[in-house]
Amino acid sequence: MAEFDVKTRELLFNYILGIADDRLILGHRLSEWCGHAPIIEEDIAMANIALDCIGEADAFYKLAATFDTEGRSADDLAFLRDSTEFRNVQLSEQPNTDFAWTIARQFFTDAFYVPFFEELAKSSYEELAAPGAKALKEVKYHLRHSREWILRLGDGTEESNSRLQDAVDNLWMYTREFFEFSDSVKLLYELDIVPDNSALLEKWKETVLPVLKDALITIPEDPPYFATGGRNGLHTEHLGHLLAEMQVLPRTYPDAKW
Amino acid sequence: MEDEKKLAEFQTRLKNGESIEPKDWMPERYRKQLVRMISQHAHSEIVGMLPEGNWITRAPNLRRKMALLAKVQDEAGHGLYLYSAAETLGVDRESMINDLLSGKAKYSSIFNYPTLTWADIGVIGWLVDGAAIVNQTMLAKSSYGPYSRANLRICREENFHKKQGYEIVATLANGTDAQRKMIQESVNRWWWPSLMMFGPTDKDSPNSAELTKWKVKIHSNDDLRQRFVDLTVPQAKAVNITFPDPDLKFNEETGHWEFGEIDWNEFYRVIKGYGPMNRERMNARKKAHEDGRWVREAAEAYAKKKKVLHEN
Ligand SMILES: [Fe+2]
Ligand SMILES: [Fe+2]
Repeated sequence: MAEFDVKTRELLFNYILGIADDRLILGHRLSEWCGHAPIIEEDIAMANIALDCIGEADAFYKLAATFDTEGRSADDLAFLRDSTEFRNVQLSEQPNTDFAWTIARQFFTDAFYVPFFEELAKSSYEELAAPGAKALKEVKYHLRHSREWILRLGDGTEESNSRLQDAVDNLWMYTREFFEFSDSVKLLYELDIVPDNSALLEKWKETVLPVLKDALITIPEDPPYFATGGRNGLHTEHLGHLLAEMQVLPRTYPDAKW
Repeated sequence: MEDEKKLAEFQTRLKNGESIEPKDWMPERYRKQLVRMISQHAHSEIVGMLPEGNWITRAPNLRRKMALLAKVQDEAGHGLYLYSAAETLGVDRESMINDLLSGKAKYSSIFNYPTLTWADIGVIGWLVDGAAIVNQTMLAKSSYGPYSRANLRICREENFHKKQGYEIVATLANGTDAQRKMIQESVNRWWWPSLMMFGPTDKDSPNSAELTKWKVKIHSNDDLRQRFVDLTVPQAKAVNITFPDPDLKFNEETGHWEFGEIDWNEFYRVIKGYGPMNRERMNARKKAHEDGRWVREAAEAYAKKKKVLHEN
């Protein structure tokens, strides 16, 4: 086990929570489809991807817990923090307005997480590299799934094209938080523990833009404001509702084990 | 004449315990009964996702959340194998689903009860999957090959569901006062509907005789129900849970647990569509189907375009 000083441990705790929160909140959103998907095959695929995401979250929470000065468990971190302590990007908490929103949210996320986990798997910190390598195999499959659906919806019918266009237009402003390279991340990067995620934006565009083009989707212009703040606990209004639902049992029965 | 000879041969095959395969000759009644039964079973798996899906977003920890998600995903998989098994008899999935949504086809009435607390997730795994296992273990020996194989595969997963369900039950039963209350109340709500899952008593079961003749069913509804009760009562005792039946008692002579009279009025009422959740369940399925229409149309249109592209 690597030895880190107090400052680095705190930075790592927050950094790893960011990954875990991204995966949990996205997985939670996907799980909402279970039983309500357009075809049974998608009930299964959504559940499958949700399971991967929540499994990844679990692994990263367990690692984060080893740096927690308050000694919380993985479950405590997921179920007993308030929305302002969640560090996920705002994209992951966006609702399943329709199937096109779900697919666009997923595609934008997968297009980041494939190159990100590729890099994370090379971390000099073995404990972080290992779950990164495992997650990489999973997100590659997720990207295949979301890319295929982008093409089907974009180049399917007039209705599906316009629904996907609408989803892309609405979600576009949430696509930059992945690439924020804050001073704290920079410190970890200089220690060779985490990748320079700002460098992944080009890769993300290389994945996303040609597929949208093939799918006959108009690429939105960059808006004057890209959403930011998720990594520091500032979220959209959706997260509070999601957590109220997700955390209801552990919070209602604080002394219970499940 | 030809048909009578074939029918005699068919019956000899059944008698010899041979498995009937899709390409084999079979009497029309056999095919009809199987389609009815397999599609009903498939619909039950799909509608059954709803009561449990209701708690996925509120599961109390990460392990339980993943287990429940995996379970509901398994149920969707069961639905798929069963629709495929029915398709070998010449009906397609779409028409079966349309029959479900129009109310023509039935599904297990157990899913017309609500999941009100987290304890219901444990109890469904334990009692509902438990009852399904007793039934499906028999169906795994049914005469129609694809159906028997589907049930074999399903049973393996249901056993796992039951184990997980019972583990939740045991955890709550050994938990805080609030958890103990939650689990006992849940068992009180689900016990009788679980017993109803085996269907009407033998003398009132219109399809049973025919299904037995075709070796689709091997045991009677009442026999299966008794087997379930005998298996389950000791499991309840092991975790200090009681069943809401003052007549439940062990008969030393027969070696069976005797139980009180099932409320058959409730059973028939729920089957006819008047249970607590029939409307909501059907509305949820219809909504998923309607909301998903444009997605299915897009996938179809896209596949067609790609096919044309390939051919040129
Ligand atoms: Fe099942
Ligand atoms: Fe099951």
